[in-house]
Amino acid sequence: MTDTETAPALVPDFADAETDRVLAIICSKGSLDMAYPGLVLANAALGEGVQTHLFFTFWGLDMITKARMHHLQFSPVGNTAMHLPGHDGHIPQALTPLPGMTAAATRMMKRSIAELGVPEIPEFLDQIVAAGGHLWACRMSADMNGLTQADLREDVEDIISASDFIDKTAGAQLLFI
Amino acid sequence: MPVTTIGDREVHVDAEGFLTVYEEWDEDLARALAAQIGIDLTDDHWRAIRYLREDYRERGQTPTPRRVQAGSGISIKEQFVLFPKKPGKKMAYVAGLPKPVGCV
Repeated sequence: MTDTETAPALVPDFADAETDRVLAIICSKGSLDMAYPGLVLANAALGEGVQTHLFFTFWGLDMITKARMHHLQFSPVGNTAMHLPGHDGHIPQALTPLPGMTAAATRMMKRSIAELGVPEIPEFLDQIVAAGGHLWACRMSADMNGLTQADLREDVEDIISASDFIDKTAGAQLLFI
Repeated sequence: MPVTTIGDREVHVDAEGFLTVYEEWDEDLARALAAQIGIDLTDDHWRAIRYLREDYRERGQTPTPRRVQAGSGISIKEQFVLFPKKPGKKMAYVAGLPKPVGCV
């Protein structure tokens, strides 16, 4: 027995008991720059122990379609925020539709992302699935594009209707990207 | 900087409880830290912890789970089994390092 009282050890609160948080992210865009935000957030949520579902709809379906998932592009057209990495000046919008601009902008963005150690889209989705994330494809988008489950990544759990998705994610926090 | 008692000794920690002085850590302390968060260390845990310690010493930054996978060969899936739910933070805690700051 000691006569000095010791305070309880200061230990991070990993909140293991709190397991009911669910996040659902609807990925509706198929451009490279709009594909990443949902994946970065999904990956972060999974790393915090949050159950995470991704629903790929409209152009977002490209992210999980085998024939297209390696070829997402970034176009500066209509993006008034577009500037060269490390420069302040904007690129004049009149120049953005010139031939080769999309390819160049895509290369630049891929390089900047790779430099941060962030994977390309297919590998990023591998990581998300390994971390316990769930991938779902949108029925209407698959039908519009004539796609079946065989055209999609093997780890896509199912092609489901919008109502099924709403049903599966009851009580979830929802993000539309 | 707060000081807290883990096992039989006092260590410097940040407001959340992550160790702040690299040299105050040793393997006995790691066992005590792991016990605080309900983890029994196995050889696989030690592989991850040693990689974190080494990588931090070289780069001055706590590796994210993705980097741990690439550098130590312990897959993300395995990391979630070894350090349930929050592998990035839990590995850092047991290894006596700040929590990782990288997004991915």
